[in-house]
Amino acid sequence: MKNLFNALVIVLFAVLGLTLIWVILELQPPTHVHLSKQVLTQLDASGVTHPVTAVLLNFRGYDTLLEVMVLLLALLGVLAQIGKREQRNLSAWFRLSQPYLQVLLWLVRMIVPLMVLVAGYLLWVGGHQPGGAFQAGAVLAAAGVLLNLSGVLPSWAEPAWNLRTGLVFGLLVFLLVAAAVMVVASPGLLLQYPPASAGMLILLIEMGLTLSLGLILAGLFLFLSGDAIEDEAEK
Amino acid sequence: MFDPIPWLILLPLAWGCLAFLAGVGRGGRLAFAGLIIQLALTIVLARQIAMEGARHYAVGGWGAPLGIDLYVDGLTGVMLLLIHVVTLPLVVYARAYFSCQAEGVGYFWPLTLFLLAAMNALFMSADIFNIYVTLELLSLAAVGLVAAAGSAGPIAAAVRYLLVTLLGSGAYLMGVALLYGTYGSVSLTVLGPLLAATEISAAVFLAAMLMLTGLLLKTALFPFHFWLPPAHGSAPAPVSALLSALVIKASFYLILRLWFDLFAPLVTIPVAQLLGGLGAAAILWGSVLAFMQVRLKMLVAYSTVAQIGYLFLLFPLMMLPIPEAAESALQGGMMQLVAHALAKAAMFAAAGVMVLSAGKDDIALLSGMSSHLPLTLFAFALAGVTLMGLPPSGGFIAKWLLISSAVNGGQWGWVAVMILGGLLSAAYVFKVLCQAFLPPVAGVKFKPVRRVLEWPAFLLALISLLLGFRSGEILSLLGGG
Amino acid sequence: MSSALIYACTGAALFVFGVTGLILLSHLLRKILAFNIMGSGIFLVLVGLGQRSGTPDPIPQAMVLTGIVVAVAATGLALALVRRLLHFTGEIRLPEEP
Repeated sequence: MKNLFNALVIVLFAVLGLTLIWVILELQPPTHVHLSKQVLTQLDASGVTHPVTAVLLNFRGYDTLLEVMVLLLALLGVLAQIGKREQRNLSAWFRLSQPYLQVLLWLVRMIVPLMVLVAGYLLWVGGHQPGGAFQAGAVLAAAGVLLNLSGVLPSWAEPAWNLRTGLVFGLLVFLLVAAAVMVVASPGLLLQYPPASAGMLILLIEMGLTLSLGLILAGLFLFLSGDAIEDEAEK
Repeated sequence: MFDPIPWLILLPLAWGCLAFLAGVGRGGRLAFAGLIIQLALTIVLARQIAMEGARHYAVGGWGAPLGIDLYVDGLTGVMLLLIHVVTLPLVVYARAYFSCQAEGVGYFWPLTLFLLAAMNALFMSADIFNIYVTLELLSLAAVGLVAAAGSAGPIAAAVRYLLVTLLGSGAYLMGVALLYGTYGSVSLTVLGPLLAATEISAAVFLAAMLMLTGLLLKTALFPFHFWLPPAHGSAPAPVSALLSALVIKASFYLILRLWFDLFAPLVTIPVAQLLGGLGAAAILWGSVLAFMQVRLKMLVAYSTVAQIGYLFLLFPLMMLPIPEAAESALQGGMMQLVAHALAKAAMFAAAGVMVLSAGKDDIALLSGMSSHLPLTLFAFALAGVTLMGLPPSGGFIAKWLLISSAVNGGQWGWVAVMILGGLLSAAYVFKVLCQAFLPPVAGVKFKPVRRVLEWPAFLLALISLLLGFRSGEILSLLGGG
Repeated sequence: MSSALIYACTGAALFVFGVTGLILLSHLLRKILAFNIMGSGIFLVLVGLGQRSGTPDPIPQAMVLTGIVVAVAATGLALALVRRLLHFTGEIRLPEEP
């Protein structure tokens, strides 16, 4: 019965896969709408010069607003179901001997400031080249994970008010900018930045997001890694 | 003129962030205040739709296809009103519930507020990629809420729910990719006319199939219902009520939207018959399994599986060549959606009170509940009246419209299924009521519960019952857009 | 066949591999990996179809960035839940269907 089901699923999806490939090969390029041209013609009004950033934060900025909420929700889901967390230091868990630990610490001291610098650069460069808040946030989060793994930064316990503020800071900045623009500049219109200040507003949003996304992504690891030792201790 | 649309998007997101900022277990008062504001905004929007008809709203001012468009019509108005009317009593209920049982309260409020934000955004969206993002927002919030109860059962249910819903959105997104590859746009307003005007390619058929299958998976239509009972049955009662009443309706709403607005040129009678057939199977299978359950909340969860089936009967009935039959089918389906949301929220809320009082989720322990919690049991029974489809409830109007549509079109098979489904739902509702009217077992002590816990369920059940008298307004709002 | 179409077809293949794995595998970590393979497949199709004309289309690129973030969020939540399940049941599998 189980084997029959497996075989059926495999056959079904093999057929689906072949159909998909056939359909893709047959597909004619769209003739009615040419969005990439529209992006380029409207690029001047978007406040940034990189088309992908223009789409992400201006033309389809609403998607990005919801997307950062998705990330926060994932973290909320993680926080909601984890039991008691304790602030512990992972290096004790690895039981690294002294010489290795020294090398590791030296490396981390070298790399982490560099990573913060890279994050800042990625944030800034996003306006005209590949980069932006998500990439910068990811680098910051990686720095946090590195610090945690090398025992410098303890795992996070239940977030206190300051960490919670950091986690939602960028999201609140985004919402406040949206609300302010809606009240002051273009009444009743959501996320419609005035072209003159669009670049500045987008940079403001991206700065807030970099901080919060870095914390959220790091949190997905750091809140759980506190849990890890708890499990280990029980066994 | 004041425009509530952008505020209905921004405010719930802000409430969610603020509730998280407030800390563990906090945010209930904020949720209550926020919901009242949103309900007021929704009423303003519904009045605007009723007076001026459907309209588009260009986020960022770019307009489709470059930017993202929102679209509100009568259907959107009904859905928005529904979620706020259902959630407001549940907020009162949840505050009282978690004061008796703190387990699962941790991040309940921010998660719930984000859940509402996701539904608001989803109902108003007219962009298939934006809809994908709102669907994910909704799923992650729902999964987080299920997992919050924190023991092995709910976690396993949450994992299964998460994997199923991710599979569903994956299939949906693949469809979006194919549509973008074909037409170069993801806006419903652009795609709709293009699909109607051009020859439909194989890619579009495949896209339609993938998107609808993904959404059916999320709506838990038979045979994709397997994930629903454990997820809805093991979550804390306020969460079960939200999920069963509202969350599955969101993906059903999308099926309806795509079916009529986007894929109308390629839907065929056999596909509609297939959906109706699965709906009929869901009604019978879900009702029988509901009757066989020993746990109260699982019974209510299986009843949801059955009641979803009625919604899908509207697809074959709407393909009938008689215009009146098709119209009353759509009205009946929408009334079923509204009535079930209210009744199921009431039923889960009432079931939660009884389980809390009995100390364990077991129907056999309900003996004597009729004298201990008469109001709650009354609410459960009233909600049952709607599910059975007895007059004067909203469920009666819904089933009446659906049956009269089927009779009009000579579709006696669907009539038989609906009547049989009504009898089966009577069976499982009376199973609970009979047990509750038995004399209390000696030595069994019910825990006292706070009165405020009993009223929200009663209020919701009462609204679902009285809906029958006000169905005209809902149907006219629906038609107004 | 242009290179863009090769990307799109590879994406289609990855999508069905991922979906099949998500349905058939029982180890939850593998299921999560399968979900990520499925997601990557979809992203490849989006980007591949977007640059058939030779120049990359920024709209699907932005959508894929959004999609990646959503997938990361879902993966994080799924991993946390699976760890929790392991903590309770000692197994990285879902219990049999109820």
